[in-house]
Amino acid sequence: MNLFENVGKFSRFLVLVFSKPEKSKTLFSQIIREIDKLGINSIGIVVIISLFMGAVITLQTAYNMLNPLLPDYLVGYTTRESMILEFSSTIVGLILAGKVGSNIASEIGSMRVTEQIDALEIMGINSANHLVLPKIIAAIFINPFLYILSVFVGIMGGLIAGSLTGTVILTDYIEGVQYGFIPYYISYSLIKTAVFAFIITAIPSFYGYYVKGGALEVGKASTKAVVNSSILILLANVILTQILLK
Amino acid sequence: MITVNNVYKSFADLKVLNDISITFEAGKTNLIIGQSGSGKTVLLKSIIGLHEVDSGSIFYNDRNFTAMNLKGRKEIRKEMGMVFQGGALFDSMTVEENVLFPLNMFSNSSEKEKKERANFCLNRVNIQNSNHLFPAEISGGMQKRVAIARAIALNPKYLFCDEPNSGLDPVTAILIDNLILEITKEYNITTIINTHDMNSVMEIGEKIIFISKGNKVWEGTKDGIFDTDNEDLNNFVFASELYKKIKKIS
Ligand SMILES: Nc1ncnc2c1ncn2[C@@H]1O[C@H](COP(=O)(O)OP(=O)(O)O)[C@@H](O)[C@H]1O
Ligand SMILES: [Mg+2]
Repeated sequence: MNLFENVGKFSRFLVLVFSKPEKSKTLFSQIIREIDKLGINSIGIVVIISLFMGAVITLQTAYNMLNPLLPDYLVGYTTRESMILEFSSTIVGLILAGKVGSNIASEIGSMRVTEQIDALEIMGINSANHLVLPKIIAAIFINPFLYILSVFVGIMGGLIAGSLTGTVILTDYIEGVQYGFIPYYISYSLIKTAVFAFIITAIPSFYGYYVKGGALEVGKASTKAVVNSSILILLANVILTQILLK
Repeated sequence: MITVNNVYKSFADLKVLNDISITFEAGKTNLIIGQSGSGKTVLLKSIIGLHEVDSGSIFYNDRNFTAMNLKGRKEIRKEMGMVFQGGALFDSMTVEENVLFPLNMFSNSSEKEKKERANFCLNRVNIQNSNHLFPAEISGGMQKRVAIARAIALNPKYLFCDEPNSGLDPVTAILIDNLILEITKEYNITTIINTHDMNSVMEIGEKIIFISKGNKVWEGTKDGIFDTDNEDLNNFVFASELYKKIKKIS
């Protein structure tokens, strides 16, 4: 029952969010600010996890390839495919759900409990639209770039780890990275990334927007937002994979 | 002028407002007084439509606010200014940006004119040289003053203040009260102030409405407030030793 109630409430929330903004000029400058806050500020964490993820995939693949019949380029190939298909979209999505999601839920939640949202409403501004739409647009725009960045850094991470440990030969790795490339996989992952970007921004905004109480409740809402957007990402991942790759 | 007719409001099982009817007059400070939890904030938020009333109606001059859809209400809201209990300044914006915000959203003036207006309002509430500070960097009294500046930026016809001087020292509290009174007179605003502070009542109360447990119990002027034989109001007014002494003397 709670689930259905929430779905209904969330739908009504989205109707508010996607109505016409008060001033398109302010919307544009807000989007720029959110791109900076949600996207540019996440570059660091995306680079770090992608670097290590790529490194680990490369090492694990290399150490598991005991069969001499397997071609040497397989390590580079596996790293690339893993990054492109899953890690740079889903894992990065989950990490961002934690970072960006808790940030959004606590920002909007504290605006609610300190009556800043009421202050917007009393001015005649649609607060849901004003606060949330720029975040959703910004994330859907910038996260695909984070995805591309993650793929590149991950492949580089594998290359560095493989060379430093001497587990792969540079030319083999590079051959593998170029081997059997299917461009559609990139499109598939970009679509996933855009959907995850929506989840990462809309769900935490929703939890923050309807907070009741004080600082304690803001904290709780933020936790709920991260947990539920992570679950939704995993669910969306399965559904989108079934639709797009079958 | 704002007219409230037979308003009821409850949350689930909790009845908060019970058949409230009040006329708030223009150019006057209308004070809603009562204990904490008596329903002052809920009444104020019902008047401005942040809470939907269960029944009854609210008129802004002769416009039926209750019957309006969101679009109609938005138009009236542009004539409202509100000072929230905690100030409710946007904490991601500087002092100046806070006051500029309503101007940027709704005024068609040039950037220069908007900036002038914002600074005029800040001057009006005696804030100088703090334009680029953030709300967290200024005192509670200054926050309230900036909130007033933001509320008057668009020349409101209706000004709402929820406990504008709560949490302030007595001197600053009186300054804030008088500032609101002056602005009310200057621009002939219909001002509604929630307070539980008897000092405010004596300082700036013109029309006073006493609310107890969601009922309007008494209405009158500050002179009448000492002569009433209403027990609830007496308990409220003479809660402090100071006012008990005043009563003895007079
Ligand atoms: N959004 C709400 N949901 C449920 N109960 C509320 C809500 N807002 C206020 N109340 C209740 O209404 C009563 C009056 O509150 P309020 O108007 O804030 O009092 P005050 O006179 O101190 O401003 C209190 O019992 C409060 O708990
Ligand atoms: Mg209150």
